[in-house]
Amino acid sequence: MELFTNLGLGFSIALTPMNLLYCLAGVFLGTLIGVLPGLGPTATIAMLLPITFTLTPVSALIMLAGIYYGSQYGGSTTSILVNVPGEAASVVTALDGYQMARQGRAGVALTTAAVGSFFAGTVATIILALFAPPLAAVALKFGPAEFFSLMVLGLLAAIVLARGSLLHAAGMVVLGLVGTDVNSGIQRFTFGILRLADGIGFVVVAMGMFGLAEITRNLENEGDRSTVVNKVASLMPTREDWKRMIGPILRGTAIGSALGILPGSGSILGSFAAYAIEKKVSKNSKEFGKGAIEGVAAPESANNAGAQTSFIPMLTLGIPSNPVMALMIGAMIIQGIQPGPSVITEQPALFWGIIVSMWIGNLFLVILNLPMIGMWVRLVSIPYQLLFPAILVFCSIGVFSLNNTEFDIYVMAFFAVLGYIFVKLDCEPAPMLLAFILGPMMEEYMRRALLLSRGDPMVFFTRPISAALLALGALALIAASLPAMHKKREEAFRE
Amino acid sequence: MNPIARNAKDFWTGFIYLFVGSGALIISRDYDMGTAVKMGPAYFPILLSVLLMIIGIISVLRSFFKSGSPIGVVAWKGLVLIVASTLLFGMIVRGAGLIIALPLLVIVSASASARFSWKTSLAEAVGITVFCIVIFLKGLGVPLPILGSWFGN
Repeated sequence: MELFTNLGLGFSIALTPMNLLYCLAGVFLGTLIGVLPGLGPTATIAMLLPITFTLTPVSALIMLAGIYYGSQYGGSTTSILVNVPGEAASVVTALDGYQMARQGRAGVALTTAAVGSFFAGTVATIILALFAPPLAAVALKFGPAEFFSLMVLGLLAAIVLARGSLLHAAGMVVLGLVGTDVNSGIQRFTFGILRLADGIGFVVVAMGMFGLAEITRNLENEGDRSTVVNKVASLMPTREDWKRMIGPILRGTAIGSALGILPGSGSILGSFAAYAIEKKVSKNSKEFGKGAIEGVAAPESANNAGAQTSFIPMLTLGIPSNPVMALMIGAMIIQGIQPGPSVITEQPALFWGIIVSMWIGNLFLVILNLPMIGMWVRLVSIPYQLLFPAILVFCSIGVFSLNNTEFDIYVMAFFAVLGYIFVKLDCEPAPMLLAFILGPMMEEYMRRALLLSRGDPMVFFTRPISAALLALGALALIAASLPAMHKKREEAFRE
Repeated sequence: MNPIARNAKDFWTGFIYLFVGSGALIISRDYDMGTAVKMGPAYFPILLSVLLMIIGIISVLRSFFKSGSPIGVVAWKGLVLIVASTLLFGMIVRGAGLIIALPLLVIVSASASARFSWKTSLAEAVGITVFCIVIFLKGLGVPLPILGSWFGN
């Protein structure tokens, strides 16, 4: 079996002491930022990107991946104990998790979240190992037209899956594309500023729009945090609890895995959808919102599964499905690896090493999150007014160290203002950042496709795969703008 | 009825899209459009700026007909202090050095919080400055001075 040979290779890479250490460091940091509200994986990975320059590519990606899925575990702890989501994907976990904690069942809720996450993580790892190679093999046959259409599909999906108005999400995407600047031979949109000749780094944009703008948003309302549940009694669920969590974990894993692959979503949408569906199908639906164990098991399984399957488009097609994956692509490029379908064949050690490390990382996370829960409980009570100046310091030094220039700090401040304006206008920044990263690639593929077709734009519609991808995107957009679907979409995000 | 009052979010979002779109269009006119076979530097931006302007116009028009939710509280103090402290840090970090720039960044930004207290912020400033000098300067070799050029270094 080729799969076993490959997994064997993966284990031999992931189990080296160095990589185990970086995996542990990644999931530890991930849990930490997951537990701390107001600091997400996007800003953290952006901050740490300069540090990974010094690591080998495998170690760097293993650590960054660990931060992302680790943050999904940590986020649930804060949701359950403080009723404040530590992470965007843990918003729904707070609904029932906090109620369970108030009933003295915080330990059971934490165990449920950890067991669900571990199961989901294991399944998602297997899905990744099984489906990524064939997908990449198909993608190897893609020409420039197919890649262009695939990116259009990705952006259309990001529009459909964004929160708020479809029109505004579309605008954010085009705004991100306009802002791109590449090797077009001459300098564009530099306003005569020499520093802008190389374009604006997306890490700088990400830190401004996600790190700084988020701090400002949190300062709007510094209302009292709900009482922290400090006592975590028995971690062990009862026999009845075990029975009730099996179904939700299975369904949550399936929903999360499927939605995680979609562009523009990652782990967040999966957790919302899993909770909503569980509430519909569960025979205990009356208990939802009052401490139903299903309401913790389903979304926590879904967000972890989604966090891991969102690596599939990134590793097989070289296309990021969310800002975190975009940063991972940035990390690969920095390391001299060209992301795309050839990564699996040309860098098998990297690919399989990352996959196996995810499973090992999930194992670490169970240990980090259950026996060591006491440490995280103490961390939860760090007040925000101490936290945000520290975040600001790390963002500022991190952004400086990218190119060793203070100009990047000014650009970051500019995007902080822009990011906050968009937050106030209900425009999600994620689709814009995605477009900002895809823009240069799209322009390049469009140029090549049109060159090959002698300037005939019909090439995007006459090549079957390209046409199918575009049709799929158009269909999603039309479906989302139908009045009936429109209402459903709003409901899904409201919960 | 005043559209800004009726649907401020649609109006202003549309306004920004229209502003950026038309700006990009005007600037792009100075570049070479090229042809579809050989796309010039202006080809892609012009295509997109027109699209952005269309989206902007629809959004502005929609704000006249459909009411929306108000913009809500704006954290002016937070925004100004966060941005100002960041800019200040950028401006003085080389001249004054980390030992002055970092505490200023921490204290100015922390004063944005309603729960700001001098005592805790000063303690935090000291802690963060030491931590950053050890980790970023000594550990990771970020080329920033502890004491900057204004002090004759």
